[in-house]
Amino acid sequence: MNPNGNPVWSLVLTFGLMSLFAVGGANAAIPEMHRIAVDVRHWMTDREFADIYAISQLSPGPNVLIVTLIGYSVAGITGALAATLAMCVPTAAFAYFVSRWLARSRRSRWPAIIQASLVPLSIGLMAASALVVAEAADRTWAALLATIGAAILAAATRLNPLWILLIGGCLGFAGVI
Amino acid sequence: MPPDSPPAAVPAPRISAATSQPPPGVVALFFAFAKMSLAGFGGALAFARRGIVDEHRWMTADEFNETYALCHFLPGPNVVNLSVVFGARFRGVIGGIAAFAGLIGPPMVIVTIVGALYMRYGEIDALRRILTGVTCGAIGLLIAAVFRMMLPLLKRRDIAALAIMVLVFVAIGLVRLPLQLVLVAMIPISIAVTFMMRRGAT
Repeated sequence: MNPNGNPVWSLVLTFGLMSLFAVGGANAAIPEMHRIAVDVRHWMTDREFADIYAISQLSPGPNVLIVTLIGYSVAGITGALAATLAMCVPTAAFAYFVSRWLARSRRSRWPAIIQASLVPLSIGLMAASALVVAEAADRTWAALLATIGAAILAAATRLNPLWILLIGGCLGFAGVI
Repeated sequence: MPPDSPPAAVPAPRISAATSQPPPGVVALFFAFAKMSLAGFGGALAFARRGIVDEHRWMTADEFNETYALCHFLPGPNVVNLSVVFGARFRGVIGGIAAFAGLIGPPMVIVTIVGALYMRYGEIDALRRILTGVTCGAIGLLIAAVFRMMLPLLKRRDIAALAIMVLVFVAIGLVRLPLQLVLVAMIPISIAVTFMMRRGAT
């Protein structure tokens, strides 16, 4: 972990390690990404992090693509590729071996217990993600109200998430937020 | 059974339902996952279920849920894990790589292009305002997802799980402790609590 070394290697180390601790998926690892990218490594500012999160949500594909954007902002295309593979490959290989092992030992009840015990951890991590991104973004009363509105809309209706993002974008463009 | 199980078009019994379609080839895996991924705004999971279970009938709804549950409890991006496990089940390691490449490759190209545009034009005022609005929407979606996941715990009055959830939230969100530290402490605690609760319940 040499901070003066090649930035691509520090991306690979950072996300390779994070991958194995990303309980609950990419959205649960947002606080850790923010901590490392903004506070520890100073790869980007708070606002850039919030922007990148918004862009990754607005783009098609899995949520993990925020890692691609962090990598790109650090070291261009190479960084994007390195960060994404580092975040995906270790855990995917792990998943591959575990699934083969489980296929042979079906009857164990430990998978169910471990799975149930990880649920509260995932929820806590995702709630922390929401807080971290909200604090990184521009903090105004209008933004707070728009966020609460979006949360209520998303929780109460089956509206496609894309619409909620687009409504937010339009309100922002109109200067309401 | 989830409401989106396959329609009654396949009269065969459930066990053989998955084999009613020939197993996908490597190229088919790549394109199927590319399509699901590009359709999947705000997470690709719902589209993965639709593609694998309803459209291609490569798995029954139950098999999909089982595979998804496995990939959800493993660390890392869930849909990525799912693509690899799914692809490998049909075509070995190469199949896993093909599904992964389909899932990640095309959207990665798109998001990189958008990212490059942002780096160049991100300071334009109109774009700044739009992104601020989109960020509000994205955080709102996250809060709603948290709320939905919390509902079963609230309904069950699962105090232990809720306490663990709040503890993790405070440690990561407010105190900003490193993720590894918090998980190394909390995972054993959570497993122990769950184990004891289950033993008490039966």
